Amino acid sequence: MTRIQPAATVTPLHPAAPTAVERSGGEPAVVLENVCKTYGRGASAVEALRGVSFDIRDNEFFTLLGPSGCGKTTLLRALAGFEHVSGGVIRLFGQDIVDVPTHKRPVNTVFQSYSLFPHMTVSENVAYGLRRLRRPADEIRTTVAEMLQLVKMERFADRLPTQLSGGQQQRVALARALAPHPKVLLLDEPLSALDLKLRQAMRQELKQIQAETAITFIFVTHDQDEALSMSDRIAVMSEGQVQQVGTPTEIYEHPANRFVAGFVGDANFIEAEITSPIGAEVTCRTKGGLDLRANGAKARPGQRSVTLFLRPEKVRLAPKGQGTVDGQVETIQYLGNACLMEIGIGEAAPVLVSERMADVDQPRRAVGDRVGVVFDPRALQVLEE
Amino acid sequence: MVVRDNTIPAVAPRLGEKKRRAFGEVPGLRTLAFCFLAFLYLPIGVLVAYSFNDGNIVMVWTGFSTDWYVKVFGNADIRKAALNSVIVAVSATAIATTCATLAALALARGGAFRGKGATLGIITLPLMVPEIVTAVATLVFFSSIGLNLGLGNVIIAHTTFCIPFAFMPIRARLEGMDTTLEQASRDLYASDWETFRLVTLPLLMPGVLAGAMLSFVISMDDFIITLMVAGAGDTTLPVYIYSMIRQGITPEVNAVSSILLLFSIVMVTAYWFTTRQKPGPNAH
Repeated sequence: MTRIQPAATVTPLHPAAPTAVERSGGEPAVVLENVCKTYGRGASAVEALRGVSFDIRDNEFFTLLGPSGCGKTTLLRALAGFEHVSGGVIRLFGQDIVDVPTHKRPVNTVFQSYSLFPHMTVSENVAYGLRRLRRPADEIRTTVAEMLQLVKMERFADRLPTQLSGGQQQRVALARALAPHPKVLLLDEPLSALDLKLRQAMRQELKQIQAETAITFIFVTHDQDEALSMSDRIAVMSEGQVQQVGTPTEIYEHPANRFVAGFVGDANFIEAEITSPIGAEVTCRTKGGLDLRANGAKARPGQRSVTLFLRPEKVRLAPKGQGTVDGQVETIQYLGNACLMEIGIGEAAPVLVSERMADVDQPRRAVGDRVGVVFDPRALQVLEE
Repeated sequence: MVVRDNTIPAVAPRLGEKKRRAFGEVPGLRTLAFCFLAFLYLPIGVLVAYSFNDGNIVMVWTGFSTDWYVKVFGNADIRKAALNSVIVAVSATAIATTCATLAALALARGGAFRGKGATLGIITLPLMVPEIVTAVATLVFFSSIGLNLGLGNVIIAHTTFCIPFAFMPIRARLEGMDTTLEQASRDLYASDWETFRLVTLPLLMPGVLAGAMLSFVISMDDFIITLMVAGAGDTTLPVYIYSMIRQGITPEVNAVSSILLLFSIVMVTAYWFTTRQKPGPNAH
C-alpha cells in the first residue's frame, strides 16, 4: 500500500518543490481512468459511476455538475476515500490512491452540512487537521490565525459552532479544510444551505480564495449558475457518466449533446432534416416545413436527421414579416431584466425567446402579438448525436 | 386624583368568572393528579419525617432527633452493607457501561453483519425477562459451575442485568449522531482510534453518562437477584434493610432509606447539571 504524505508535511522537506503555479499546465492533479462504482449486488445493483475518465489540472477550479443522482457526489466521496471504487484507477499527482485510506490522503473536504465538531471551538476545529499531522504548536497557531483571517472569521475564534450562523459555519468549514494545505480541496455543494445573496457573495470569495491559495478545488454542485460563474472547467455528469468536460463557455455555447444543452441553461430543440451538403453552414427542413440555415460544424458526413439547438437569448424578435419566420406570442414570463416568451411558429414545440429589457422605449409584448422571429444561422447549431 | 394600589392587579380574576379552559383541563383531573402525586410521594415524605423521630415506635411522633442517623452510621453491619452496595454498583456500572458502549458502537457503526437484528434483540431481551427468573437462573448457574467469588458473584450478576439499561441511552445517542462528523475527522488525518477518542466518544459522553447512571441506580436498588446470589458476608444495603424489617421496623430503617434516597437525588441532580447546556451531536 502506498503511503502518501499530506502536502503540508511534504513541502518543508522539499524546499525546492515547484509551487502550484509553476506546476500548472504540467502534471494533472487528478487523473480518473474508467472509474466504476456499483452499490448492491445482483438485480438490485445500482451503478453510480459507469466508467468515468478525465483529468483535473493542477491549480484548477473544477466543477462536477449534474442533477441529483448523477454520481457527482459518489465521485467526490471516492476521491476523499469515503467510498471504495468498484473498478478503475484514481491518480493523485501520479500516485494511485484507490487503496489509500481516507486519513492518509492529502485531500480535505468541505461538507454540505459543514460537519463542524460541535464540542470544539472555531480555532480548535481549524487546528484539528494540523494537530493530527503532529505539526509544531507555534506553526499550528500561526496557520489557524492565517486561515481564520482568510475566511474573515478571526473575531469568532473562541466561539462554538452552535453560536455561529450558517454562513459563518461555512467559512469555518472552509478554513478547517484548507488549514492542512491539502493537494486537492473537495467541496460538496457547500453553498446549497445558504440564502441567495450570501450564496452569490460566497461564489466570488471561493474563487478568490482558490486563486490565493493555489490549491486545486473540486466543487460539486447541481446549480448551473454556480458552475458557470466560478469554474475554470466543468464536467457535466448524468447517470454515472461524464457527458462533457470543458470551460464554462464551451459547455454553454457548444454543448456536446442534448443532455448538456438542456441541463445547462434553457434551450430550444428543433427536429429537422439536412437538405444541403454537409458544411460549416447547412440548410435544414424542420418537421413543420420551415427551411432554416444552421451551423453544421458538428454534423457528421452523410447525416440527415438532426436536432437543432438554439439558446433563447440568441433569438431576436422583429416586427411581423421581417423575421426568418412569423410567429405568435403564446406565453410571457416577466423576469424584470428580461422577458421569457414562448412563440408558436408552427413547430411541435414553441420557440423559447429571452428578450432583454434594455431599451427604455422597447415595445411591451402581449400574449397573442404577431412577431417576426430572427434565427442567426451561426447560433442555430446542429447537435452531436 | 386616582391612586392605583399596585398590590391589587388592575383586572382581578373573579371567582366564578368564565375562564377559557386550557387543553386537557378536564373537570376533576387536577384533583386526580394531586391524589396521584400524594399517593406517590406522601409515603416517602412520611418515611423521611419519621427518620427524625425521637422515640422508637415507628408511627408515634415523640420529638425531633437525629439519633437514628447517628445509630446508622455507628452500625458496622450497615456500613459494611453500604460499602458492598457501592463496590458492586461501581464495578457493575463500569463493566456494563463499557460492554454496552462497545455493543452500541458495533451495532451503529460496525456496518452490516449477519445476525445484526438478532444481536440487538438478545442485548435488550433481559429487560423483558421477569427478574425472579433471572435470579433463579443465575443462582442455579453459579452453583452448577461451582463459582464462588463472594462479592464477585454479585458483581457478575449485576453486570449482566445492567448491560441492557446502559445500552439503551448509548445506542439512542449514537443513532442520532451525524456520521459525517467521523468522516470529517478521518478526512482531517485522524486515525480510527483518534477519531473515536476525539470525536465519537466526547459526543457520545452524555449517552454513556446516562447509561452509567441508570446502571448504577438499578444496581444499587436491586434486591431479588442479590438476595439469591449473595453469600452471608456479601449483603448489600437493600437486602440488609429487608432483614432489618423482618426483625421489626425501627426508625433506623427510615434513616437508612432516607440516606439512600438522598444519594439518588444527588446523583440525578449531578447528572442533570453535567449534561445540560452541552451541544448536541446534530447541532450545526
